[in-house]
Amino acid sequence: MVAFQGDVSEHVDAMERALGGEGSVVEVRSRGIVPDCDGIVLPGGESTTISRHLARTGVGDEVRAAARSGVPLMATCAGLIVISKEIVEETRFEPLGLLDVRVMRNAFGSQRESFETDLDVNGFDSPYRAVFIRAPAIVGWHDDVDILARIEDMAVVVRQENLMGLAFHPELTNDLRFHEIFLGMIKEVRIHVRH
Amino acid sequence: MQLEELRFGTELLKRGFAKMQKGGVIMDVTTSEQAVIAEEAGAVAVMALQAVPADIRKMGGVARMADPKITMEIIDSVTIPIMAKVRIGHFAEAQILEAIGVDMIDESEVLTPADEFHVEKANFTVPFVCGARNLGEALRRIKEGAAMIRTKGEAGTGDVREAVRHMRLIMGQIRSLKGMNDDELMKVARDIEADYELVIECRDMQRLPVVNFAAGGIATPADASLMMQMGADGVFVGSGVFKSQNPELMALAIVEAVNNYDNPEKLVEISTGLGDPMKGIDTGTLQEDELLQTRGW
Repeated sequence: MVAFQGDVSEHVDAMERALGGEGSVVEVRSRGIVPDCDGIVLPGGESTTISRHLARTGVGDEVRAAARSGVPLMATCAGLIVISKEIVEETRFEPLGLLDVRVMRNAFGSQRESFETDLDVNGFDSPYRAVFIRAPAIVGWHDDVDILARIEDMAVVVRQENLMGLAFHPELTNDLRFHEIFLGMIKEVRIHVRH
Repeated sequence: MQLEELRFGTELLKRGFAKMQKGGVIMDVTTSEQAVIAEEAGAVAVMALQAVPADIRKMGGVARMADPKITMEIIDSVTIPIMAKVRIGHFAEAQILEAIGVDMIDESEVLTPADEFHVEKANFTVPFVCGARNLGEALRRIKEGAAMIRTKGEAGTGDVREAVRHMRLIMGQIRSLKGMNDDELMKVARDIEADYELVIECRDMQRLPVVNFAAGGIATPADASLMMQMGADGVFVGSGVFKSQNPELMALAIVEAVNNYDNPEKLVEISTGLGDPMKGIDTGTLQEDELLQTRGW
């Protein structure tokens, strides 16, 4: 769990509930831990702040290397902005350039326009209650990015190989379906490595 | 997806916004140039003001909500969230800030109170942060709809003592609830003039039900570390950055200190060579009528 800033404790709690004792969550604020992890989570928070910390500490380089080697990565809200290839109208920092999408930050407006909604997600048999807080959205993507949910013509849940990007906050509700998918991705990789 | 299916301004959204600020530093700024410096340093949000608390103290007179022009210019200059202050109880100022599109409203004792009642915050779509000196005050604000609490401390002094006192008191009061049964909690709720259900929640969670920041006198990286070690979820820095000799360095150092608050070796490096912090005022020398923290109830 990249733990520089944001709703880290909520993410840790949700992931521990999903794990149910089969594994542990480590909070990362410095170099040297990410290379030993089976999965990486980039939480919600302020993308500019988190990016600055990733760059200053070198953890960003470790995350990039791990994700490129196939380690599953789940990124929510600010995390989604941080792992994207391109951010609309951003000149102040370089995103990690992992997920082949074009992200617009605050795509729905300021906090006044933040919202909750029941989201239809591809592969889910019932809607997912999604909490969008000053949320970004994906306005452009490469062909091999799977779009699993949209709001109007923007994508809000995507997958590209080992990368999962969510524009909202699955850690703020009790529905752990995305966490379970992510843990499934980790298990797949581990089985693959063993064979 | 139809837009009518969206729900705005729920408690989850308001408290959730505050949670995104955790582990961060929120800085007072009076111009868009200062806002850019704050964002560059890694601040999670900025508080748009006409004057920082140290100057408000010096100027005297009635302190009010900033001219919307200042707030709007700051909104346009950065992508991090913008907060702004209203006078205690001044719901019309709050309506104006909501219309401008600020992300959070600080109902603040730094400005001259407009009413003995606080704003009924549940009526707003935008979340509020409020100051508190003790658990009762914090829970009264939460009951009114505050999505975030900060210690009052003593704003504009650069003296961290009052923020420490308030944080210690709030944390200690929450710890003292541990092991109490529901009858005992009823008496506590009556004594501290707080909502019974919220007192139960504090006992069970062993923390405030909303994010709790430190504010009011934080002026150095060590001050920020101190407040984080006392259990703050993050810090507000008012006059501490832009009243210091080198605001760029101080802003960055305080952000780094919040991130490394429990690492003294790193704090040595972070605290070194920053120039003079704000001069400040020893809060012990202030007269009763000079205190800002006694505004509100």
